[in-house]
Amino acid sequence: MTLECRHWSVSLKVLTVRNLRKQYGATLAVDGISFGVNANEIVGLLGPNGAGKTTTINMILGVLEPTSGAILVEDVDIARNRSQVLQRTNFAAVYAPLPGNLTVVQNLRFFGLIYGVRDLARRIEELLEQFDLIAFRNVKCGVLSSGEQTRVSLAKAMLNRPALLLLDEPTASLDPAIAREIRIKIREYAASGETGVLWTSHNMYEVEDVCDRVLFLSHGRILLEGDPRTLPATHGKETLEELFITVANETLHQPERA
Amino acid sequence: MFSLRRAAAIVLRQFYLMQGSPARVLPLFAWVAIDMVTWGFITKYLNSVSGSGFNFVPSLLGAVLLWDFFIRVMQGVTTTFFEDVWSRNFLNIFATPLSISEYLSGLVLSSITSSAIGLAVMLVLSTTVFGLSFFLYGLLLIPYLLVLFVFGIALGVIGCGIVLRLGPASEWFIWPIPALISPLAGVFYPLSTLPVWMRWMSRALPPAYVFESMRSIVLRGPASPGGLAKGAALDVAFLVLAGWFFRSIFRHAVRSGLIARYSAETLS
Repeated sequence: MTLECRHWSVSLKVLTVRNLRKQYGATLAVDGISFGVNANEIVGLLGPNGAGKTTTINMILGVLEPTSGAILVEDVDIARNRSQVLQRTNFAAVYAPLPGNLTVVQNLRFFGLIYGVRDLARRIEELLEQFDLIAFRNVKCGVLSSGEQTRVSLAKAMLNRPALLLLDEPTASLDPAIAREIRIKIREYAASGETGVLWTSHNMYEVEDVCDRVLFLSHGRILLEGDPRTLPATHGKETLEELFITVANETLHQPERA
Repeated sequence: MFSLRRAAAIVLRQFYLMQGSPARVLPLFAWVAIDMVTWGFITKYLNSVSGSGFNFVPSLLGAVLLWDFFIRVMQGVTTTFFEDVWSRNFLNIFATPLSISEYLSGLVLSSITSSAIGLAVMLVLSTTVFGLSFFLYGLLLIPYLLVLFVFGIALGVIGCGIVLRLGPASEWFIWPIPALISPLAGVFYPLSTLPVWMRWMSRALPPAYVFESMRSIVLRGPASPGGLAKGAALDVAFLVLAGWFFRSIFRHAVRSGLIARYSAETLS
């Protein structure tokens, strides 16, 4: 199978990543990737464990400094205007639950103040309703089920109506019915405003259902890119999962780069 | 641009955590109250056995009060920071528009609130139960408190930097810092009691000037403000150093990925 990569060179409205690279000593975690996310678009960032997905997301979130390259959100460079960029960005990740010693509303109010959300009380009520959290409003997040905690994290991620929403395996701990509801909500959210979504998941059926475009990442490089519904056939595979496994296996047998 | 609203969010979070949490509320006043009672009776006993007519209350109980205030200020900063360590909240909080100066301001504002509660409790107990009169110190009481407050903030911020760099378990390096400094600060005795090499170290610590000035007032009357001015100048230096130290540690944490994998306690 031929591995190919089409780099994005045009400036995209919501997120532009240019030649992003992260090196830890001799290990190259992200190897000069370039891509973009448009408004109203959901882009899937796929790849085996250790491919560089979370490293990429951490760099976009400003909690990890790239070795080189640029990250622009709405054409504003995060290296120069960190606060301004993060004001327009938000995220939810399965490995970053909200503090368990605060209630749902306390967490939303705390983060709402930090993000400078206008009419915060009203926005919190909207999100409690949207994510079916009204019954848990005064419950400490630490005692919620993992599915309920994920919903709180997603509510937090949408507090500031971000231009760029980063979701790292957002449905990993949800049962299929709730996961489907969440997918619908995120899709509606992306379609309704000017938001672009970067989504990582190991569930290829979910990716096919939600993403407008996918990027296959392996060993820190983008190997494939395209529409998740047509990409498998293009490469002689029946499903996205089959393509994922093939790409992951091929890259597994590639020699390690310094 | 600095946002007071974002700094105030940190204070609000502390308020939420205090609600219905005796483990957080009790330390605000319980330990300082115990200290006041213990040292209040010790000074009373010393007054009764010394027979010299010297009143130990303003020199000893006053010193304990001021030292406890410094400890509350420092711990007000560090415990607010530790809340983010304990709840593994670094990724959530540092992936927001909150800047480092706003975050540190939030820690300071939280500390002002919590240390003010401790100070009020100590003032009530020491004056009403043990007859400590602050009129003896005059207006110098204000710079005493200010010098100790700023030094407490500076040491608190340095402590936060150490824990950010070394990982969650290193908080146990931070709790004993006041006890380590106390012999050098001359809280309970004049600096002339110390050997010469220790006196040199004391001269680098702002609280030493506060306690020397305080004792001078009690023993000899009005004190020269020169020593206190040195303490204030050192305070400014410590504060600048603390800000620089935390920023450097934070930059390193962002460069190395420590923020994202903080609980792993890596030193890389």
